[in-house]
Amino acid sequence: MIEVEDIYFTYPNGVEALKGISLKIKNGEFVAIMGQNGAGKTTLVKHFNGLLKPTKGKVLVDGVETTKVSVATLARKVGFVFQNPDTQLFSETVEDEVAFALKNFGFKENVIKKRVSWALNLLGLTQYRKTSPFMLSGGERKRVALASVLAWNPKILILDEPTIGQDYQQKEKLRQFILQLKAQRKTIIIVTHDVEFVAECNPRVILMREGKIVADGKAREILTTPEILNQASIVPPQIAQIFLQLSDLSFPKNVIDIYEAREILLKTVREGKLK
Amino acid sequence: MAIIQTENLTYTYPSATKPSIRDISIKIEKGEFVLITGPSGCGKTTLCRCFNGLIPHFYQGELKGKITVVGLNVLEHPTYELAKHVGLVFQNPENQLFALSVEKDVAFGLENLGVPKEEMWKRVKWALNLTGIYDLRERAPHELSGGQQQRVAIASVLAMQPEVLVLDEPTSFLDPLTAKKIFEVIYELNRKLGITVVLVEHRLDLTAHYTNHIIIMNEGKVVLDGDPREILGSEEARLIGVGIPKATRLYQILKKDNIKLGNKIPLSSEEMAALLREAIKA
Repeated sequence: MIEVEDIYFTYPNGVEALKGISLKIKNGEFVAIMGQNGAGKTTLVKHFNGLLKPTKGKVLVDGVETTKVSVATLARKVGFVFQNPDTQLFSETVEDEVAFALKNFGFKENVIKKRVSWALNLLGLTQYRKTSPFMLSGGERKRVALASVLAWNPKILILDEPTIGQDYQQKEKLRQFILQLKAQRKTIIIVTHDVEFVAECNPRVILMREGKIVADGKAREILTTPEILNQASIVPPQIAQIFLQLSDLSFPKNVIDIYEAREILLKTVREGKLK
Repeated sequence: MAIIQTENLTYTYPSATKPSIRDISIKIEKGEFVLITGPSGCGKTTLCRCFNGLIPHFYQGELKGKITVVGLNVLEHPTYELAKHVGLVFQNPENQLFALSVEKDVAFGLENLGVPKEEMWKRVKWALNLTGIYDLRERAPHELSGGQQQRVAIASVLAMQPEVLVLDEPTSFLDPLTAKKIFEVIYELNRKLGITVVLVEHRLDLTAHYTNHIIIMNEGKVVLDGDPREILGSEEARLIGVGIPKATRLYQILKKDNIKLGNKIPLSSEEMAALLREAIKA
């Protein structure tokens, strides 16, 4: 569990990025943190694995304050996949990259071998085992970064902008993958702008603006309230937009899923209102 | 005559074992708003690099087939000459900006071409106004937000008054509202000034309704090329794994349920909402 108690954070250059944030993320939750560029999303999640320590207030991970443990200890529990995979990758082969953290954590050689194979297989990277990460495409490098974090099996996983530069099929794979992790009771936190992706995943949504939380709730409620979204520079997903435009025709307003939209429209047909 | 035309264009990067694009034959007419999409690694960016001669002049490698842009044979004209006609905007504006002020960044290309001072400042002012960043002209580009930076990058390219504007995923780092504003600026330029726009994008929910020509690539080849409504409404596009706009997708799903909502396949939420409203009234 992550508990954030009224934290403030000011960067050394004087920019106040977080201005009084409180929230709780329970074990096994799936949370999307959304908001405009510069709202403080990445700054906030960097507090969850102790990369940043609050200027004021506290962050507790499983009841332990992040200032009381080293980042290395926390990392065992909280895996962080950065927005730009290149800030994370450095090894000569994909295999070494994925094994690196495991070696650091002191896993035994045979365990490392097993876990590396497992993670590479899971993300469809087995054929690149001996390839340099820098020879791969942007989307593939992102998957290597993810594999290297998953390999040590952290119970909390933070993904910063996981869908940037990914095509539709890759996004769909990512979504399936997140749902799988969720079924294993992992806590998953994504930072994203991608409203269509969030609409398809339907997680808890935390909306940020200028270092503060402006909304916190279910995706289907938040993504269908344009007044709140507007404050955070987000536009509603396309299905929500359609139903918002038809709100005078006594349709439900909070629809984000395409198959739910279909059900509603089929019902309208059965009632004879639509041919 | 087409503003961009290729015939059996095939290109292999140096030391690559197979071509990144193969047998590309396309025609882009003056004034079109063209969207190029397809799975990652399908060759979209490679194709765009041919439009201003970065391929083959900068990247080297082996280019086969024909390509003419604004009537110039790309193989025979250097990039600096093609750049007067074709402006390129990339995904990450930070890679493109370097000057100490926005104004100087926008003026840079013109200075290099030796445009007279008076004319230069006139064009810089024009480009800054068009992109809505005139008030930021004295700020340092690296202090600006991502959306503002991308506007500076677009203004720098516009100041050259290109006939063709090529944008490679120009908003993927930006929040949705900022992205929408950028696309609207681009659409205005296309409509009002007749600038030909070639946009590479994955996120069709945000962009499909601006276009009048879609090219879908897969594994280095052009697989679909034509009218956006026809193409995005087709089963092929979906099977290739293109992210069909949800409004278009809903129309298709309902069609399978025997709900017919007029013949014009919608590309935006507005169009879909209008179709539903009409069907309910009738």
